Amino acid sequence: MTAGPADETLNRLPLGPVKPTPRPAGRRYDKSTLLFLGVPGLLMAVFLVYPTIYTIALSFNRGRRGEFTEWVGFQHYINLLTGDKSFLDVTTFPPEGAIWNNLLWAVFYTSLVIFLGLIVAVLASRVRYESAIKAVVFLPMAIAATALAIIWNFVYAPDANIGLLNAILDPLTQQGISWLGNPSLVNAALIAAGVWGSVGFATVILSAALKSIPSEILEAARVDGATERQVFFGIIIPMVSLPISVLAVTLLVNVVKLFDLIYVLTNGGPGVKSRVIAFTMYFESIPGGQFGRGAAVAVIMLILLLPIMAYNIRRFRSSRVT
Amino acid sequence: MTAVAEEQVPARERTTSERIVRFLNKTPIHVALGIIALIWLAPTIGLFVTSFRPRSDIQVTGWWESFLQFRFTLANYSEVLSGQGMLQAFINTLLIAVPSTLIPVALASMAAYAFSWLHFPFRDGLFLLVVALLMIPVQVAFIPLLKLFAPTGLLNSYGAIWLTHTAFALPFGIFLLRNFFITLPRDLIEAARIDGSSTIGIFRTIVVPLSVPAIAAYGIFQFLWVWNDLLMALVFVQDGSQWPMTKAIQNLLSQYGTEWHLLAAGAFLLMAVPLIVFFSLQRYFVQGLLAGSVK
Repeated sequence: MTAGPADETLNRLPLGPVKPTPRPAGRRYDKSTLLFLGVPGLLMAVFLVYPTIYTIALSFNRGRRGEFTEWVGFQHYINLLTGDKSFLDVTTFPPEGAIWNNLLWAVFYTSLVIFLGLIVAVLASRVRYESAIKAVVFLPMAIAATALAIIWNFVYAPDANIGLLNAILDPLTQQGISWLGNPSLVNAALIAAGVWGSVGFATVILSAALKSIPSEILEAARVDGATERQVFFGIIIPMVSLPISVLAVTLLVNVVKLFDLIYVLTNGGPGVKSRVIAFTMYFESIPGGQFGRGAAVAVIMLILLLPIMAYNIRRFRSSRVT
Repeated sequence: MTAVAEEQVPARERTTSERIVRFLNKTPIHVALGIIALIWLAPTIGLFVTSFRPRSDIQVTGWWESFLQFRFTLANYSEVLSGQGMLQAFINTLLIAVPSTLIPVALASMAAYAFSWLHFPFRDGLFLLVVALLMIPVQVAFIPLLKLFAPTGLLNSYGAIWLTHTAFALPFGIFLLRNFFITLPRDLIEAARIDGSSTIGIFRTIVVPLSVPAIAAYGIFQFLWVWNDLLMALVFVQDGSQWPMTKAIQNLLSQYGTEWHLLAAGAFLLMAVPLIVFFSLQRYFVQGLLAGSVK
């Protein structure tokens, strides 16, 4: 395939909503629709829609063996939110538990990824080896979270002959710090590994957004006597605010679905200190066999994603109004 | 930002000293970028170097010291591939990933064509449903699908994971490809229709060939998604001999947490294919991931 036309078509790949084609007046419905939509529609109905309804219903049931045995109302939700310290513990300060950890991820992971992504994008745009830097930072996006976990398992190893971080700090600390074994460090260490994995994604999106700002606008502002500071906060930041918000939404979805990194690196530990919601859902249902409770955790995940679902639908619908 | 302004100035011949001054003016930027590159490369390079070091060396010196000793070996790879069954796991990953990519690519293209160029009742409403399904986390499917698959024996073959990966890939694929198919020239499709082409003919001879880059981007995204997946395999592959590499490596870590030579070699084998895809098909890959940001 030649590079030119492929590039052109790729650039046409719409990243946002697009207007659908209206039905021409007088044309009838296509009879072959079922041929195209039948199998995918059936698969989505059986493996997506039906399980969602089943899981919501199961979350209000005792749910032994995943069957509808006894209606328990909101019992699982009440137990999770008030009786399970590994899920939410507000008796300590700061609070603890899986929900709290997800909140930590949502705040620190999201803001750090966007902040560092913006810095790398701006710095890289000023040098000739821009694409090389972006490729280096983007690289972790290609690899499995499992591999990322192994990489950071090495970096965080307490043994200064294995762990890069402890080797660097060794002259100061004189002893290996167990980053992942220390309850007060583990979440920060995990978030740092997560940030390392995602900054490249933010860099690529923000770099494209920065490049799409017409240089005439920047020129005009400078000619009119705007300082670099004013240009940055008055023009550049407002013009990349939409990409930043889309990016933030994506990262928040990542946070709700976060599982592999935690499962491989710490298995939720030490103790239950680094558990997140998706980890609890897996842990309660598959090894734990607590299907009703697991279903309730899955529904909590779904509820957290509902605003984003609504945002996507609204974005799509608003594009249809001509 | 000044860089943008500078580029506007017509380039004129610069002397060597001018170039050096220009470079030095940017020294803080170069230093900052050097540190960034180091932070992003060192952990991965460390893993790579460690995977080639003899076990006895790994225990006593850091990988950053290995360039002085210069003793490297392939023993870790042969041990992890044969002794730890990573070769079988590699094949298993392929057996899971290839059908879990090809099936959704084919089905999502067909459905996306229906949503963009065919007319049927409730088309836009159904498409909104697809957009809504984009956000459904796989977790909601675990319990009902395990119950559904249990009597069929699909959990002991790859059937269960193929079907689940396919179903969860469809909303995103349909969304992405429909948005691309819509941008195809209407005249071309109308002309083919008037010339008597069937809907299947139009799909095969016009829509698919013109959309190869978009379909490729989606295919690469989906392939790497499945290749890198651990969670679905944990739930839907129950026979240990069928585990993919992600599960095999997680198992390696939980059983032999300090066998660093095996972990490094295993993790690098897991990374190898995505890295090859990344370097050879970077453009499609980045585009696929960017578009995939809605997933």
